[in-house]
Amino acid sequence: MQVGLSGPLRAAANGEASINIEAETIRELLNHLLERYPAMQQHMDIGIAVSIDGAIYRDNWATRIPEGSEVFLLPRIAGG
Amino acid sequence: MQHDQKYTGQDFKVVGTRPNRPDGIDKVTGRARYGADMSAPGQLVGLMLRSPHAHAKIVKIDTSRAEKLAGVKAVLTSADLPDLTNGNAGDYATLENCMARDRALYDGHAVAAVAAIDKSTAKKALKLIKVTYEKLPHVTDVDEALKKGAPQIQPACDGNLGGRYEFGHGDIEAGLKEADVVIEKSFKTGQTHQGYIEPHACLATVGPDGSGELWVTTQGHFTYRNVCATLLGMDIAKLKVTSSEIGGGFGGKTHVWIEPVALALARKANRPVKMVMSREEVFKGSGPTCASSMDVKIGAKKDGTITSAFIECRYSDGAFPGIWGMLGGMTAWACYDLKNCKSVGVDVLVNRPKVAAYRAPSAPMMAFGVESTMDMLAKELDMDPVQLRLKNVAREGTQSSYGPVYGPIGIEPTLEAVRDHPHMKAPLGKNQGRGMACGFWFNIGGQTCSDLNIGVDGTVNLTVGTIDVGGARASLSLIAAEELGISYDDVKTTIGDTNSLGHNDTTEGSRGTFSSGMATIFAAREAIEVMKGRAAQMWGIPVEAVSWENGHAVATGAEHGNLPPLSLKEIAAESPKTGGPIAGHHEVTADGSGVSFASHIVDVEVDPETGRTQVLRYTVVQDAGKAIHPDYVEGQFQGGAAQGIGWALNEEYIYGEDGCLQNAGFLDYRIPVCSDLPFIDTKILEIPNPNHPYGIRGVGETSIVPPLAAIGNAVSNAVGVRLNQVPMSPPRILKALEDA
Repeated sequence: MQVGLSGPLRAAANGEASINIEAETIRELLNHLLERYPAMQQHMDIGIAVSIDGAIYRDNWATRIPEGSEVFLLPRIAGG
Repeated sequence: MQHDQKYTGQDFKVVGTRPNRPDGIDKVTGRARYGADMSAPGQLVGLMLRSPHAHAKIVKIDTSRAEKLAGVKAVLTSADLPDLTNGNAGDYATLENCMARDRALYDGHAVAAVAAIDKSTAKKALKLIKVTYEKLPHVTDVDEALKKGAPQIQPACDGNLGGRYEFGHGDIEAGLKEADVVIEKSFKTGQTHQGYIEPHACLATVGPDGSGELWVTTQGHFTYRNVCATLLGMDIAKLKVTSSEIGGGFGGKTHVWIEPVALALARKANRPVKMVMSREEVFKGSGPTCASSMDVKIGAKKDGTITSAFIECRYSDGAFPGIWGMLGGMTAWACYDLKNCKSVGVDVLVNRPKVAAYRAPSAPMMAFGVESTMDMLAKELDMDPVQLRLKNVAREGTQSSYGPVYGPIGIEPTLEAVRDHPHMKAPLGKNQGRGMACGFWFNIGGQTCSDLNIGVDGTVNLTVGTIDVGGARASLSLIAAEELGISYDDVKTTIGDTNSLGHNDTTEGSRGTFSSGMATIFAAREAIEVMKGRAAQMWGIPVEAVSWENGHAVATGAEHGNLPPLSLKEIAAESPKTGGPIAGHHEVTADGSGVSFASHIVDVEVDPETGRTQVLRYTVVQDAGKAIHPDYVEGQFQGGAAQGIGWALNEEYIYGEDGCLQNAGFLDYRIPVCSDLPFIDTKILEIPNPNHPYGIRGVGETSIVPPLAAIGNAVSNAVGVRLNQVPMSPPRILKALEDA
């Protein structure tokens, strides 16, 4: 599936705005991402959020990614 | 147990009503206990010594005279707080901020602390501590800090650049070539404090066995526990943190400030230590939001279609790098459907306090720049400002400016509600102006854990771990009552301490009712499963033949259908004989929070003689997903707007040439009081979040995003001159009029 990367994450993926990764869960997605782009570790340490069809998942790595979903990786969001 | 989190569109009987909040009587009668209201036998008073310099090397700290003073039981410096952070930069920054190490990085940075038998003795002891400083050059302005040769604040950073984050899509230069009109403007916002009325306060105890307890005003007692345990080398399980009632937080009580120091003093003195910040300390030594400086450029066709949108906003993070530029960058153009857009958030270090979150952190500044420029564009195109926004509005299926494609969202309905609101058609008088603006915030979920216990009389104790900052106990009681089919009055919700529940993330990001609401729904459903089993036992029928309807177990099927339903109270009364206590429990990572949008309208009158602005009328329209308790949803809308009004018109940290804060008190830093504000009207829209069983979205933060720009637009319309700096204080308005 195609996975979009937000601006701050692109540098760790050789400048790519979108990459192809096969994964059924967020955990698989992030593990494969890190295998391919070790520089992504710095972002993983701070936290990466995964948007699946517009809904943002920050923590639940067991979440399944439905086939055909729009997937986008973002920096982890905080709030006040 | 996994439950389906999807929105079901169920009809509600209790949710959506407006009962009184359970903590209301305690709060109006003074019985509620806040951070400073707890005492322990033999407690000491802890006080902090703070740097009088904006930036200075700490050459030496001599505590010997203070230690010898009768009544002093402990004196603390950074030497008593070794670095146990194991290379974690964020934890180290927290440690260094709680107690300066080799340098004081801002006016008010803590450099030492004492614990003594009373306040008078502690104050004397502070005066006896001799700190030898070597003053260093300082910088407090965000743009000055980025200039070559500016004093460097953190050696690990590139100059004072804490981080630079870009978001967007398309080609903004190509978009500009398509534009018929280009508007370009720079803006600034002042540094503001959350202005919570209750100062930071705590009571810390550490026993000889190393076990500790902390009573504290906080938005996240589990987070405080984890951070304090890390900084002090304690086992998490050996530190029990109990949250007091909270007298406001708005993001400022998501971080530790005095708490690790209070625990360290208690450990050193072997006595309980109470610390309460003065208001001056709150301003100087806790975490305000950023000041900002930004440049905006929008290109559009004559019909109002935006072809290019750019903003760069520089945030002053204080002396430690944060994530504020990143957050702001993600929010800038979120309200709009744009072919070409770019936002840049820049984190800049300055000699000011370590910034903390403040309600939708970083979004109000971006919105000030974006929404002010949108109004300038509308004027240039001779177009109604609401119509211009509707022309470019984001909808379900739009690719957001921060990346993902939106699901169902509420920005268009809020704009339509504003367009059709009677407020927009009301006549204006002399020197009066009307403005409107939009705002966006993400909202978050996070780790959550709740317990629900049913007493033998059928009343229910719900224990949650998210701090109640704005009526959440009432909302969560409504949810439990809805699920169980009982009265709101039969549910009592309390906030559990850190020993009584699994970890709960801090109440931030408008997550309290979203996430604890989800955990409560599923805890109640688990309790219902238990009750169905008990009813089956009482009837002597299979549990599969029992359903739950309107607070009753109902026997189903032709064989059992004649059995009279059993109420929750009847089942609870029999519980000692049917298996013991009835409880439900749920832990969840409540992801899938829905994004939130708001549009505001404001009327102001500006006195051209004095430059003073009076807010005459204010209307908030916001999407709540589902308003569980409409009173407290409206309260959040009104509170955010009130804080935004203060930010827009009055509030600002003012620094002198010496880099020291000149207005660290409510007399000189003026938050709005009742007489400054009109009644703030509200309109709740409900566009359900598809990823919550009740459709809940967070509501606590978005309402602070539009006010700066809405008021800026109103003031500019009133005086005929564009205001591009907040606060729009009387001197700034008079100067703008003079310069026009």
